[in-house]
Amino acid sequence: MSQFYTSTDHFVLVPAIMLALFGCAVLLFDFFLFPEPRQRKRLVWFLFAGEIFTAAGLWRQQAFLASEGLPEITAFQGTLTVDGFSLFFNWIFVAVSLLVAIVSWRYLEIEGEHHGEYYGLILLAQCGMYFLATGTDLITLFIGLELMALCFYVMVGFLRERKRSNEAAMKYLLLGAFSSGLMVYGFSVMYGLAGSTKLRAVAAAIASRDAWDPVVFLAMATTAVGVLFKVSAAPFHMWAPDAYEGAPTTVTAFLAVGSKAASFAFLMRIFLGPLETARPAWEPLLVLVAVLSLTIGNLAAITQNNVKRLLAYSSISHAGYILLGLIAGNATGLKGMAVYILVYAFMTLGAFLVVVALRRENLIGEDIEDMAGLMHRSPGYAVLMLIFLLSLAGIPPTAGFIGKYYIFLALLETSHYLLAALAALYVAVAIYYYFRIVRSMFISEAVAAPPLESTVGLRVALAVTGVLTLAIGVYPEPFLRLAQTSLVR
Amino acid sequence: MSEHLLSIVLFTPLAGMLVLLLLPGSNKNLIRIWANIAAAAGFLVSLPLVFRFDKNAEGFQMVERYDWIPALGVKYYLGIDGISLLLVMLTTLLGFLAILSSWSAIDRHLKAYYAMFLLQQTGMIGVFISLDFFLFYVFWEVVLVPMYFIIGVWGGPRKLYAAIKFFLYTLAGSVLMLLGILTLYFQHFEQHGFYTFEISELLKLDMPLALERWVFWAFFIGFAIKVPMFPFHTWLPDAHTEAPTAGSVILAAILLKMGTYGFLRFSLPLLPKASIDPWIVQVMAALSIVAIIYGALVSLMQDDWKRLVAFSSVSHLGFCTLGIFALNPNGIAGSVIQQINHGISTGMLFLIVGVAYERRHTRMISEYGGLAHVMPNFSFVFAFAMLSSAGLPLLNGFVGEFTILQGAFETNRAWAAFAVTGVILGAAYLLWLYQRTMLGQITNPKNLRLPDLNLREWAVFLPFMAWALWIGVYPKPYFEVLEKPVAQLVERVRPDYFAQHALAVQAPAPGAVEAGER
Repeated sequence: MSQFYTSTDHFVLVPAIMLALFGCAVLLFDFFLFPEPRQRKRLVWFLFAGEIFTAAGLWRQQAFLASEGLPEITAFQGTLTVDGFSLFFNWIFVAVSLLVAIVSWRYLEIEGEHHGEYYGLILLAQCGMYFLATGTDLITLFIGLELMALCFYVMVGFLRERKRSNEAAMKYLLLGAFSSGLMVYGFSVMYGLAGSTKLRAVAAAIASRDAWDPVVFLAMATTAVGVLFKVSAAPFHMWAPDAYEGAPTTVTAFLAVGSKAASFAFLMRIFLGPLETARPAWEPLLVLVAVLSLTIGNLAAITQNNVKRLLAYSSISHAGYILLGLIAGNATGLKGMAVYILVYAFMTLGAFLVVVALRRENLIGEDIEDMAGLMHRSPGYAVLMLIFLLSLAGIPPTAGFIGKYYIFLALLETSHYLLAALAALYVAVAIYYYFRIVRSMFISEAVAAPPLESTVGLRVALAVTGVLTLAIGVYPEPFLRLAQTSLVR
Repeated sequence: MSEHLLSIVLFTPLAGMLVLLLLPGSNKNLIRIWANIAAAAGFLVSLPLVFRFDKNAEGFQMVERYDWIPALGVKYYLGIDGISLLLVMLTTLLGFLAILSSWSAIDRHLKAYYAMFLLQQTGMIGVFISLDFFLFYVFWEVVLVPMYFIIGVWGGPRKLYAAIKFFLYTLAGSVLMLLGILTLYFQHFEQHGFYTFEISELLKLDMPLALERWVFWAFFIGFAIKVPMFPFHTWLPDAHTEAPTAGSVILAAILLKMGTYGFLRFSLPLLPKASIDPWIVQVMAALSIVAIIYGALVSLMQDDWKRLVAFSSVSHLGFCTLGIFALNPNGIAGSVIQQINHGISTGMLFLIVGVAYERRHTRMISEYGGLAHVMPNFSFVFAFAMLSSAGLPLLNGFVGEFTILQGAFETNRAWAAFAVTGVILGAAYLLWLYQRTMLGQITNPKNLRLPDLNLREWAVFLPFMAWALWIGVYPKPYFEVLEKPVAQLVERVRPDYFAQHALAVQAPAPGAVEAGER
């Protein structure tokens, strides 16, 4: 191959190529091969194939790193970097996309919006996520972010007949575009400082300046706004409750988990890369954001009656917890972020899957009251939801506790005692609103509704998330090792 | 098998629960029988602990220690000493009796009910035998969820409020306690270079007093809410009153002991400097005395039978914490004995309310009166429980309270003087309660035809009464079992205690044994 596209470049790019290829293939096949609505179910097999090829590419990268004992492979002159960090996140994306895809078709059929491009958009969004986790260049990161975000704007508005969905998509698009604009402005300032878009060069340029240098501060502040918007941290969270509520629930799950994990990967690349030396300037800012996220997320969730909105606010508070790991900033804190994102992915996905299961022909099933007496109608779902909610709150022995454990420990290690106490007390607030759902499921009298029907896909997805949520809590050892690999760089 | 005795004791209820879940939900009697078998098995497998226990051995016995999460330095580490032994036996026996007492009281969602009790049983035993702080914390939290459901699903009219209040209070306390645990964990890493949650390793820590104080308060919040100490007691009357009878029994008899056990197992030995800090000791004693008197006074005011018993717990647990912070062998041994006593007598009192409630479906004291005429056996059992709770000599309550007062007197005479008023008030509210419900003429026609205790109810009460009598008449074995761990505890907190007191009285831990023989 030529000097502009070496075999290493190809090796690094394969997963993204596969995702893009199969994503486009789905769009084409949907148009030419499967014009009948009944046939669209088959498109999910294209997604599976795409994920298998992607996973194979990732597996080869992982095996290569392990066999050569290398910390990282860089490609395109340092534009992309495959390391433990990128692989860790990419495996999460593969798992999340697969789990979301296998539960989607029935849900979309009930909604009457089962279109082939849905699966294509999932793959393309994942392609964007791949660049967010792998990119080490401002332009690449920005393109990855926009690719992901554009797919999500479309998916959030996927229910064309529903005003809610349209409104959510419009809100998300407008606010998202605005925040992207701010962020790209920050990127341009960084480029001005460094004369290069490579993160390494930017890092060197910022390191040579004072942390409180106004230009650095400008770059940091504008970039931070954009990133914090994407992870839905308060006060940049306004879009999240509306988008989560309006979007089809399967998309909400993908948005809450995939998009959030990818955005955190991006956030860590930026804040631990070029902005690392400006820590004195951004740390107080992030403390404020984290405390606001915990406060707004937890307090606003108390009054929600819509489960999706409630989970949206809870995901805001989880963003706060993950940010606390970055604020601590030591090895425990960073490992804690990785662990937290891992457990967050499965427990949040699981909770949304139960909401997906509640959707039926003429019942939206998104209100807390719709869950009343679920224990007597469908005990399996109720018990799974209980496990997810306990995990979200951080009660041992579930996965969520392990995440919170690391965050608390990191805060104590770095002498952030007040933050630790605050973060710990919000666990008790959180249990209050999570247990409003539990109360409805287990204690309220059953409403006259038949038991839930489920598909094989939904059962598989729930089993995977449920088992993982418990397994990470009861025997976290292998998962902690996995998270440890993400730190090696 | 024998080296895994503690694991067997720990997981028998859980195994019973898993089998229970597989049984058909429609066959109610099958579920009841199986739950009782599982609970009885839980008690029977714990009996060998008593026979194997060597009261002369130092440290922990029947230890099991395996890696659980090496990445965090977490061990699956079990072991018991005299204090844990007594509390484990209390848990397994009362757990069984509580399940037995629910036979006819519970008729809805039986399977879930018994499953929650068995799960909780494992959680509580785990709390009392864990020697790894992480493991301890996991069991500590595991207990919360079943109790939430027991109160919330099968409770009284205000069950929802009571259940979530119980959960939120305890959880808020325990997350702050978790921060304390993590601080110790990190301090250990700083000082010794490796991460561990083992109690025996954490004992080697040497921390500055200021830090110990902070950690002490973090632990205090967790344990004091559980005990509950004044002013953290407000969840207790609601939870105890609204819970179904068996739930109240477990709450009062065992769950509260998790708090006092926490003080004994963790606060005192791990934070010896903070534990003898005069200011902290004064605050602890003051809170205990306020709880003793306040709990008793509020009990006097209650017109709800069950709420009265609930508030009496606040008062009795005040004795337990006062004994702990007297920081001498008498106080601590008395406190542990009193914890067992409180489990027995308050457990009985709640069961008695339950028996009356099952017949009349009201808890108002004014609805009753003169029951002794129609239910002579019942009134006898009640008299027994009341006298045991009030501390009549030759019954169990006396032994505990007397030893605690002895310990308190030794440390500070004023404490003992205040605490004694609690004993008097205790007799007052209990006797008055008895008078209002059992004695006099039957004024309410609904009470004319109440059936007396049936065979199953007798079977529940008899073990309680036998145990109360045993402790009251012959407490020596209990003091012997406690002698070593208590001496170790006092030695740890006040290294010069025995040197100073050896001259005054000759034996190594004389006070405790003496009290036993009195």
